Amino acid sequence: MSMGCCESKCAGDITSEQWALVDEIIAKYKGQRGILIPCLHEVQEAVGYLPLEVQERVAAGLDVPLADVYSVVTFYALFSTTPIGKHQVGICMGTACYVRGGDKVLEKVEEVLGIKAGETTDDRLFSIQVMRCIGACGLGPVMTVDDDIYARIKPDRVAEVLAKYS
Amino acid sequence: MGDVTLTIDGRQVTVPEGTSVLEAAAQAGVNIPSLCYLKDINEIGSCRVCVVEIEGARALAASCVTPAANGMVVHTNTKRVREARRAVLELIISNHPFECLTCVRSGSCELQDLAEAMGIREIRFEGEKAQHAVDESTPSIVRDPDKCILCRRCVSVCEKVQGVSALGLAGRGFDSVVSPAAELPLNDVACALCGQCVLVCPTGALSEVDSTGAVWEALGDPSKHVVVQTAPAIRVALGEEFGAVPGSIVTGQMVAALRALGFDKVFDTNFTADLTILEEGNELLKRLSEGGKLPMITSCSPGWIKFIEHFYPDMLEHLSTCKSPQQMFGALAKTYYAEKAGIDPKDIFVVSIMPCTAKKFECTRPEMRSSGYQDVDAVLTTRELARMLREIGADPTELEPEEFDAPLGIGTGAAVIFGATGGVMEAALRTVYEVVTEKELESVDFTDVRGFEGIKEAEVDLDGTVVRVAVAHGLGNARKLLDMVKSGEASYEFIEIMACPGGCIGGGGQPIGTNTERRLERIEGIYEADKALPLRKSHENPAVKALYEEFLGEPLGEKSHELLHTHYTPRGRWHWSK
Repeated sequence: MSMGCCESKCAGDITSEQWALVDEIIAKYKGQRGILIPCLHEVQEAVGYLPLEVQERVAAGLDVPLADVYSVVTFYALFSTTPIGKHQVGICMGTACYVRGGDKVLEKVEEVLGIKAGETTDDRLFSIQVMRCIGACGLGPVMTVDDDIYARIKPDRVAEVLAKYS
Repeated sequence: MGDVTLTIDGRQVTVPEGTSVLEAAAQAGVNIPSLCYLKDINEIGSCRVCVVEIEGARALAASCVTPAANGMVVHTNTKRVREARRAVLELIISNHPFECLTCVRSGSCELQDLAEAMGIREIRFEGEKAQHAVDESTPSIVRDPDKCILCRRCVSVCEKVQGVSALGLAGRGFDSVVSPAAELPLNDVACALCGQCVLVCPTGALSEVDSTGAVWEALGDPSKHVVVQTAPAIRVALGEEFGAVPGSIVTGQMVAALRALGFDKVFDTNFTADLTILEEGNELLKRLSEGGKLPMITSCSPGWIKFIEHFYPDMLEHLSTCKSPQQMFGALAKTYYAEKAGIDPKDIFVVSIMPCTAKKFECTRPEMRSSGYQDVDAVLTTRELARMLREIGADPTELEPEEFDAPLGIGTGAAVIFGATGGVMEAALRTVYEVVTEKELESVDFTDVRGFEGIKEAEVDLDGTVVRVAVAHGLGNARKLLDMVKSGEASYEFIEIMACPGGCIGGGGQPIGTNTERRLERIEGIYEADKALPLRKSHENPAVKALYEEFLGEPLGEKSHELLHTHYTPRGRWHWSK
């Protein structure tokens, strides 16, 4: 079995405020057609990720089979079934960034944060995402933290950049 | 919508607008090989085996999803098409285990057939193969995702026909896998275990849990008295496994074949189907006269029962408390029959031949131990019985017909029609009418409840009291009907529901290749078999009458309550099946 089931069984970290928000979002979309993806998107923004409990709530609320919700969640890279950190660190592995040392940057980020790409630090502060080309090839290698873009980043600057976020 | 005319391999054909090139070709007498395509159910163009060349088009087109257009010129056997088709097949096979010799679907596998037809002798592509655990969590269905070719027929039939959506596609790209929601074991999701997915699976990715080993063992155990019961729908389907025309009635030959396997007694589920009518008919009359929960809904179909337990747990009171005929049989075999034959029930081994995968689950339900033992020990599907017969070289179509054993082998025409949608309703009406009116029916044929329409309705006049009835087959139709009842949009006194399209004759345990045409042919066989019997009303069954006199007392009596009636379990809608 792959991701999703075991982690999400213990998603006891969702607050009652977050659940209320989830229900509000579902209520807004309920009864409309073709709204599963935008609904999941908003729910993920509210909760931070989409554990199975949340997928179930969406499925029941929208009257959509859980199998369909799970199918969409696991298809799109946008959705995550594991918690996402407060700050999303993205490293571009598009061809241009890669040949300019993107892989070395990724290695360094993984080393500094002590996690692998796709994972989240235990304190939920950072998660690492590998991006395909983000269209900034002239600035490569590119690293992003949330909406901030770090152009021509060198591995030895990674720790210093990450230290700015708390 | 008008018609369009196109040319396929030089043949001109006119078809209604919206027809696919694949269907148009079939009408022109050109068979385009296909794999994922399943008419009306799965038309998604995912496998690309059915590609054709269309003049003026840059790329090859999947003919199953390409609408025929006026003036279109299609070629289905050019070098380009053949090469593409072979490449597609080789790619599919490159990610498929080479276990054909030991696969349950060897000989009935569409991928194997295609590889043979296309003359595939080597696979040019070597790469990683998907590896997933086999899911043996349910007592009914086994999933082996490594044999899955991602055609999604199972997903489509579960969603569109059954309205269950137990299966979906998870992941993306090479990691894609057809699985129950959240990649949970099938037993942990809301699955009816109806087995319609098994019927449409082109390969061995979905199959029934094999019980032939347990049955062989019991047959070989001299301390066991092994009795078998056969569901009504087997007699019009078993022949197909041996090349007979669909719908052929092979009742007597089936009995002979079961004796050849070594069963000590060959009985018939028809006996307890008749008994069900007496119990259920009286239950209906009681509910009508005493203001019980209405509409009352039949409870013979274990896939239907599991469905309502998952999806409409608030409606369980509508279900008849009658056990299914299979379970009534088991309970009586280890009590009434044991006593009569002077055999210790612990030494009796009850085997059922069922058109059904959900029956395998039903017999393991904790309620189904009224005799003090598991009432039915093993359930074989029609396919498993055919496999056992092939193993001993017995072809029922070549055997001389024989008779069932008495008394548990005696049944009426009313019991035979339990195998088709509307049959339980019709059998009940035949009895209820005569019990209430004390008049003999001029014609026993209630044709309003026959046929393949998804939801059928009728009104029956019982000497002034009009009873409104409805019949649904296929769980998608059951859902529609229940929603209508729930919303108050429709009102009935009595409803029959069977989980599978067409009823048991189209069950998930029936021969591979079951489709609408075959279902209709089997239904014809069922009504023919009914007509051919001297007794066609359950209350006229002499063995059932004797059962009441010697053992049960009266319908809905204390003994009946103990052995023949049951209760139901609300289940979660999504997962955590308990």
